[in-house]
Amino acid sequence: MTIRGKAHIAGAFEHPLRDLPDHSVQQIHAECAVGALADAGLSIRDVDGYFSTGQLGFGGVSMTEYLGLRPSYVDATFTGGSSYLAHVGHAAAAIAAGKCKVALITQGAKVRGVLRGPKHSGDTPEFPFETVYGETNAGIYALAARRHMHEYGTTAEQLAAVKVAASHYARHNPAALLRKLVTVEDVVNSPMIANPLHRLDCCVVTDGGGALVVVAPEIARQLKRPSVRILGHAEHIKHSGNGPNDFTSTGAAVSAPRALAEAGVGLGDVDYASIYDSFTITVIMTLEDFGFCKKGQGGAFVADGALARDGVIPINTDGGGLCSNHPGYQGGLVKIVEAVRQLRGEAHPETQVRDCAIAVAHGTGGGMSRQASVTLVLGRGDA
Amino acid sequence: MTAPQLPTPVPYVSGETEPFWSGAKAGRLILPHCTVCDHTIWYPKAFCGECGSLDVEWRQASGEGTLYSYTQVHRGEGPYRDLSSFVLALVDLDEGARILTNIVDADPAQLIVGQRLRVVFDDAGDAAALVRFTPLSQQSL
Repeated sequence: MTIRGKAHIAGAFEHPLRDLPDHSVQQIHAECAVGALADAGLSIRDVDGYFSTGQLGFGGVSMTEYLGLRPSYVDATFTGGSSYLAHVGHAAAAIAAGKCKVALITQGAKVRGVLRGPKHSGDTPEFPFETVYGETNAGIYALAARRHMHEYGTTAEQLAAVKVAASHYARHNPAALLRKLVTVEDVVNSPMIANPLHRLDCCVVTDGGGALVVVAPEIARQLKRPSVRILGHAEHIKHSGNGPNDFTSTGAAVSAPRALAEAGVGLGDVDYASIYDSFTITVIMTLEDFGFCKKGQGGAFVADGALARDGVIPINTDGGGLCSNHPGYQGGLVKIVEAVRQLRGEAHPETQVRDCAIAVAHGTGGGMSRQASVTLVLGRGDA
Repeated sequence: MTAPQLPTPVPYVSGETEPFWSGAKAGRLILPHCTVCDHTIWYPKAFCGECGSLDVEWRQASGEGTLYSYTQVHRGEGPYRDLSSFVLALVDLDEGARILTNIVDADPAQLIVGQRLRVVFDDAGDAAALVRFTPLSQQSL
């Protein structure tokens, strides 16, 4: 059994705003749901499957009621920022199994100006052994960056190249939070957050979110807008493995080859990639683990211009989390939205990849100590 | 015991993890060990994820380890928010576990991946002490 070609993404929507002080979180979910359903040409009454992280209220139940849905299938998988990529895979599996035909996935978030509290409650198993030492997201990824530098000679300037590439794309995205072109010097001269990571090595913090509509192929065929085929999906939770967890690789090393195998495509067939970019180091390690370059060579790879539109693998052509949007500390859903834009040929003319037929979207949830990697392989309607 | 230089938030101590915390409070690094597969378990828990056994015993560790990675955090959160900076680190214990901790009594600019460290304990409330590390003498580098 495979999900290859068993479901399509028919609607995709990214909330256009990054700062929503007067919205409620549920209202952001609703605006995104309306946007994605309108994009698909479907009504909320058509929805019979609902997917969310379940972080707001009582699991998936509260938002199901708020949206007035009557789903026959509900999934509230939470794996941090990669949750939404998991939702697409799970929706495709549910559709393939006949459990639903029109699955709605929504994200809503409001975090700007809010002092971030602990990620977990004190009785979470790992909490007493990590959080008490002042663990922060940037600190955890800084530990990864430092070790990557130690093992492979990666430099701060190479990390910065990821941000520079994102800023080139973000110039063309009117909705991006940061639209200014930056240089390597700008990045390495920005304030140190947790060395070796500077402020401009870190993604933006935004409100907002997005939504997706995943449908059965027979429904996709009836819709006017071009849809995107779901070709492959794989998940991997990388944790301590009961022993030392290396901080220089990601779960993509497992999830990416499995998703590509399900899709029946090779890495060389991939025209565009949405790569989770919570920090610049996240991108370098993930590209290595996909196999776009050799392990340890990610720094030189990105510094050589690999991420540009005419480079080896254009990524995050909307400006990504580093420049455009990372709503609620979770960048997975908007990664899928940009992949859909590329496959529909609807990216900005200056960032549209020519003849884009196969795309991947990859999410990394959690930190480096433990993380949920989810890879999707998507194809243009004719792919 | 060194005077705490960093915040000492009180960890949540359950019956499951009490031996670890009471050991630290008494100045001993105690780790869970699987009696079935001979695996050192981290983080402390009463279950061996390696072989699925519930037969876990607590053993005293050497208290020494090696620096795997470190960062000087300039933007602390929670109790660390008001510090200008502090060192967050990953330390490989000689028993095999890789643990998140702080390096204290050290110049951050002088830290080197691979250097040897020894444990220090900072009291955190009545029932626990935080497990931090400090460089061993220069001769042991």
